[in-house]
Amino acid sequence: MTDTSSTTGSGETPKAEEMSAGFSFGDFLRSPAAGALMGFVVVFCVFAIFGFSRNFLSIPGVTTWVNFASLVGIIAIPVGFLMIAGELDISTGAVLPAGAMTVAIVSGHYDLPVLVGILAALSVGALVGFINGFIVTRTEVPSFIVTLATLFAVAGLTLYLSILFINNTNSFYHAPDWAKSLFGGKVYGFNSSVFWWLALVAAFYFFLHKSPKGSWVFALGGDQESARNAGIPVRKLKISLFMLCSTCAAFAGALQVITFNSATSQANFGLIFNTIISVVVGGVLLTGGFGTVMGIVFGVLTLSIVTQAIGFTEIDRNLSFLIIGVMLLIAVLMNDTFRNLATSWSTSKKK
Amino acid sequence: MSDKKPVLELRKVDKSFGPIDVLHEISLKVGEGEVLCLLGDNGAGKSTLIKTLAGVHQPTRGEILMDGTPTSFSSPRDAQGRGIATVHQFGGTYPLMSVGRNFFMGMEPTKGVGPFKVFDRAKANRIAVEEVQKMGITRITDGDRLVGGLSGGERQSLAIARAVYFGARVLILDEPTAALGVKQAAHVLRIVNEAKKRGLAVIFITHQVMHAMAVGDHFAVLIRGAIAADFRKGDKTREEIADLMAGGESMADLEANIEGYMETHDGHPPQPAA
Repeated sequence: MTDTSSTTGSGETPKAEEMSAGFSFGDFLRSPAAGALMGFVVVFCVFAIFGFSRNFLSIPGVTTWVNFASLVGIIAIPVGFLMIAGELDISTGAVLPAGAMTVAIVSGHYDLPVLVGILAALSVGALVGFINGFIVTRTEVPSFIVTLATLFAVAGLTLYLSILFINNTNSFYHAPDWAKSLFGGKVYGFNSSVFWWLALVAAFYFFLHKSPKGSWVFALGGDQESARNAGIPVRKLKISLFMLCSTCAAFAGALQVITFNSATSQANFGLIFNTIISVVVGGVLLTGGFGTVMGIVFGVLTLSIVTQAIGFTEIDRNLSFLIIGVMLLIAVLMNDTFRNLATSWSTSKKK
Repeated sequence: MSDKKPVLELRKVDKSFGPIDVLHEISLKVGEGEVLCLLGDNGAGKSTLIKTLAGVHQPTRGEILMDGTPTSFSSPRDAQGRGIATVHQFGGTYPLMSVGRNFFMGMEPTKGVGPFKVFDRAKANRIAVEEVQKMGITRITDGDRLVGGLSGGERQSLAIARAVYFGARVLILDEPTAALGVKQAAHVLRIVNEAKKRGLAVIFITHQVMHAMAVGDHFAVLIRGAIAADFRKGDKTREEIADLMAGGESMADLEANIEGYMETHDGHPPQPAA
């Protein structure tokens, strides 16, 4: 390992200028996304082999898990941002149904324009995020506990308000045609949410890896005290990240209700696990300071294949949780290795 | 006492937290191109003094003067904006980030326009490597290297180079050599000299007399929140300074005591009192 890494290192040095502008294979191998991509490829191939005869590669086979991935993915990336910044958000499991119910009540029950419903949902998300961020930054309470509290508080409030407004915990909503095709349509079996996800991936990628503020997120998770000393508005940034996360969860809820024409106020506890598993499988360090958007994308895709597409293969459905558990363990162990590789690569070079 | 004009001066600064007086009538000054060594044992109030200088705490009484005019720092950021840079023991660097990104943390160079401004990685890496090399760390040649792969001394040097590049006039070094080996410490001391040559006022906090003697022009010994001694280079010997730091107790006496004890106890040193 040392051997190969040192040769790539010395080979890259002379063309450092050119390398910094373009894509470098050596860089990619050392990035946390590499492990996530390899995991995805392995899982995809295994499932393709076992699912070839059962339509895993057909359009319905592929869209099933891609559609699922898009909703998880819209939330998983901002959850990953928070983890990179050293925080955790599990309130998403309640914010998604809250967002969905808000759209259903505002636009469905009260017949207001669909955009008003979506804006209301996003505002609900932003508010929950602000509360999370505010409490986390003003107190010493770990974000896990704070968001656990808001998870239950928001879940309870959603149920209570649903009964209060429409006397039902579930609701139906048929969006007008233009909104339906924009937020809940289908293109070759792919839901609109897939395209929204792609757009958000591009935006999030730009923010974290290209924009100047991206480093700030890493700095929060790397060393918060130093970040504050370097003049980074730690509190503001953290609150913004919490707001982004909850707003994305609410947006996913809005997409869901417009796609499936129905909303439920039941908290989605599975989503919490799905987002966190995706982020960790995607190579984000649990302790913060390290991770990539593309890694999270591969993490989400891998998780979606294992949980959703297993029905299209000859693998027993019941094994999917086992596979996820094993995958998660391997990912965490690999992340450590990758991190060591990333730092030791440089040490081996200076000899 | 100094022929150079002081950049930063403290006049009879007191700091108390509630009823507890931590600093008592501290008067210090440091001029351009001068290294002031602040010596003191643990608990002498060094950290509080640094924090007061860096804008974390405001003095309870007394005044801080910058370039001769009384001033107060409302926050660490404010102090930084006026050219006071603090480098802490562990360098204030992020191990899992590249040298270039670390160097420009909070001050990222950008290219492009409007909302599509991107972090100019090539420029950041180039400047970071140049600046660090100017400080004499020639082993850093690639701005994409992760800081976690650097040695402790190199990380310190990176942080100091950063402060110098961003126009610091006063550099506060909080025990920069405490966690380092002999060679690494020598490294950092060289950088301190380099910063001094460039006309920075350096406040170097340490409890290692050797390190202080190597770079200091001016020394102040802090005991229980007060300045116990204030002298210039060459005024006192190493032993005298060590004695001062130990609170007046002569180090030589202490050593003699221990030796005497060891002779009577089969060569075992005395157990420290719990």
